[in-house]
Amino acid sequence: MKRLKTVGFYPSFDRSGEPTLDTHYCPGCGHGILHKLITEALVERGIQDRTIIVNPIGCAVFGYYYWDAGNIGAAHGRAQAVATALTRLLPHAIVLCYQGDGDLGAIGFNCTLQAAARGERFATFFVNNASYGMTGGQMAPTTLLGQVTSTTPHGRSAENDGYPLHICEILNQLQAPVYIERCSLADTPRIMKARRAIHKALDLQIEDKGYAFVEFLSPCPTNWATDAVGANQFILETLEKEFPLGCLRDRSSDAHPRPLPPSRPSLNEYFGTSEASDNILSDPNAPEVRFKFAGFGGQGILSLGMVAAEAGRLAGRNTTWFPFYGPEQRGGAAACSVVISGRPIGSPVVDHPDILVCMNRYSYDRFADSVAPGGLILCDTLETINVPPPHQVRRVDVPATELAGQSGAVKAANTVMLAALAWLRVAGLSSAGFLTALESSFKRKPALIPLNRRIFETALEWCKTHLAPPISSPA
Amino acid sequence: MIRFVKGNEAVVIGALYAGCDAFFGYPITPASEISHAASEWFPAVGRVFLQAESETAAINMVYGAAAAGKKAMTASSSPGVSLMQEALSYMAGAELPGVVVNIQRAGPGLGNIFPEQADYNQSVKGGGHGNYHCFVLAPGNVQEMCDLTALAFELAFQYRNPAILLSDAVLGQMMETLHLPTSSPTPPDVRSWAVQGTPGTRSNLITSIYLNAPTLEERNRTLQKKYAEAQKEARAETDRTDDAEVILAAYGISSRIARSAVDRLRQHGVRAGLFRPLTLFPFPQKALLHATSQRPLAVIELSNGQFYEDLRLQIGPNAGPVTLINRMGGMLFSVEEVVERVLSFLKKRAGNAK
Ligand code: SF4
Repeated sequence: MKRLKTVGFYPSFDRSGEPTLDTHYCPGCGHGILHKLITEALVERGIQDRTIIVNPIGCAVFGYYYWDAGNIGAAHGRAQAVATALTRLLPHAIVLCYQGDGDLGAIGFNCTLQAAARGERFATFFVNNASYGMTGGQMAPTTLLGQVTSTTPHGRSAENDGYPLHICEILNQLQAPVYIERCSLADTPRIMKARRAIHKALDLQIEDKGYAFVEFLSPCPTNWATDAVGANQFILETLEKEFPLGCLRDRSSDAHPRPLPPSRPSLNEYFGTSEASDNILSDPNAPEVRFKFAGFGGQGILSLGMVAAEAGRLAGRNTTWFPFYGPEQRGGAAACSVVISGRPIGSPVVDHPDILVCMNRYSYDRFADSVAPGGLILCDTLETINVPPPHQVRRVDVPATELAGQSGAVKAANTVMLAALAWLRVAGLSSAGFLTALESSFKRKPALIPLNRRIFETALEWCKTHLAPPISSPA
Repeated sequence: MIRFVKGNEAVVIGALYAGCDAFFGYPITPASEISHAASEWFPAVGRVFLQAESETAAINMVYGAAAAGKKAMTASSSPGVSLMQEALSYMAGAELPGVVVNIQRAGPGLGNIFPEQADYNQSVKGGGHGNYHCFVLAPGNVQEMCDLTALAFELAFQYRNPAILLSDAVLGQMMETLHLPTSSPTPPDVRSWAVQGTPGTRSNLITSIYLNAPTLEERNRTLQKKYAEAQKEARAETDRTDDAEVILAAYGISSRIARSAVDRLRQHGVRAGLFRPLTLFPFPQKALLHATSQRPLAVIELSNGQFYEDLRLQIGPNAGPVTLINRMGGMLFSVEEVVERVLSFLKKRAGNAK
């Protein structure tokens, strides 16, 4: 018997194991027709070299035996995610997804919907035969009411199994897709229409215009328990009633290719290569000082901790900062741990701080007892705390909110606390270092630097007149 | 260039300098800062960032990018990484390189968002179906969050295999000094296997299906050979183990607490040392045997003994006494707690010896 060669297929199907010229599809199956239409179109358009086909799970899992183009097999339902990455990373490539109803409409429907909603630039060829083929004829999302499958032995019931999905109609609710059409493979005129739809979907990819989706009502004589003629009849008389044919959308004349990407800085340009502060000599003998900063969200607790850590870094110390994160944040509490040390730091989580900075009463009640012996608690006096500090712990009160308010920025109470830490020479750090760290924290909002510097200096003055001179020990 | 950054941000910097082309993510606490930083920095330097519709989609986008020979990654936390296991199996089967970052939180189930290390088995034993392993790297500080992300890409491409950066909520959330990398590696030549929509790669095929059982067995043997070969990539760090009378073994955040405990134990006059694996697969067995050599071993972990069991397996029958010091559920041990438990382990041993 003389065989007609299909252009675009490999000359023989060696990947199936034994080289053969037969496909693995059942007689009368729609996959063979559709494969032929697609590969012929690739050849006609001269795009085989540029084309990548994402193969599905299901009967067409072995599409790559046949089509002579780049081939990738995707996990069940994930072809659209795989194709998304391909089209994003290989803008010159023509990317096609070939998927069945279970793959595309059941397990992978969210991937389909989201790729379509993003308007990914690839074409999807969707084979709807109202059943799972390869797995043994089970119910698909497109199985008709009353249709007998191996998991609906008494026919699909609306009550138990719900109603069939109309995928094209659902996708047609979305903004982004450029082209959506439903075709049928049941007779020659229909096949010629399907051929035109395939060309259209491919042309849209060649023109880089966006998401194209073509559904094919496709015969599966094996699982419909009929022959080729009976299968086509079932499509014409029954399937097409449930899934009407036609073009649901063609916005190709309004669609545009993606713009050329603008030129971008190199990594070194973007992140910078060096700064003066990179070359600080380390101070390995500096003792380890552990801080906890606590208060309400919005008081700048986390940034206060960061500035303190940065002051440590500028002094050549190792520093760590660790936030108390999570749902508590939403309840309004904020806290962070900071460790400043000459040596490499072990745990960044501070259970027993040497220095506790409290911006509210709640934090004081919560953490005061955890302060290490010989430690220090620095409190904002806004909320009077009339209990004595824990044994062997010193408490210093600073009217942080009040001073900041007098300078016209209640929110800068954290800057006052920073100045108090500087005055107390915690961790042996200089107030110049604290100020530099403070200023660099406003790198992105330079307009705020003069105000914060003024508040810092006012607060230092206040400390000078109201607080005992700093002790020389680090904490 | 030095920056004071979160561990989660260091991952992104490491990836960019490693030449990562694309980041596909789905937000989850406590890994979200990775997506935040990637969404800003990747596009700024002309790379791809995309928020996927799910972790499943994100890792399959990584699969797609890898199939094209591109460097791609995703990042998540424990429940999200569980969702990625299927695709990791596919990647291992199709021999695709890619990087997954796991900022572990506490489980099982929804658990909470605090640190745990309970995804150890899932990470080092395969995690999905089939006979495969991912590379598993365990950073212990912010610098390593960057550097080991870069190493993950290097190993992934050298061996064509997925790699996991197994980190935790503390390392992800904490800030520390980072020395930025200064250069990037030359992109690997992937034309022999990748599918890139070019004439030269047209006949390439990415798949993991082998219906023929003898062929698939052969394939499995090839993979096992590859893992055996990768054994030479195992890395570990030891600290003061030479004169130690007790070894603390830990990775990730536990290793930092353990290091502080070693300091504290030495102040108490107990000569303690630290063994810290940087690769959990391949496991640095030689370094472990060398460091422990039958001395008492205290395994410090934020899980139910998964790491402890593996260490016992690695040491084999000639192990000295081994104990497990662990917390779970998002609870961290304090340094004091670890010190106490090591001391009581040693005391009990001394008691037994009498
Ligand atoms: S089972 Fe159905 S879809 Fe699958 S090859 Fe046979 S006819 Fe085609």
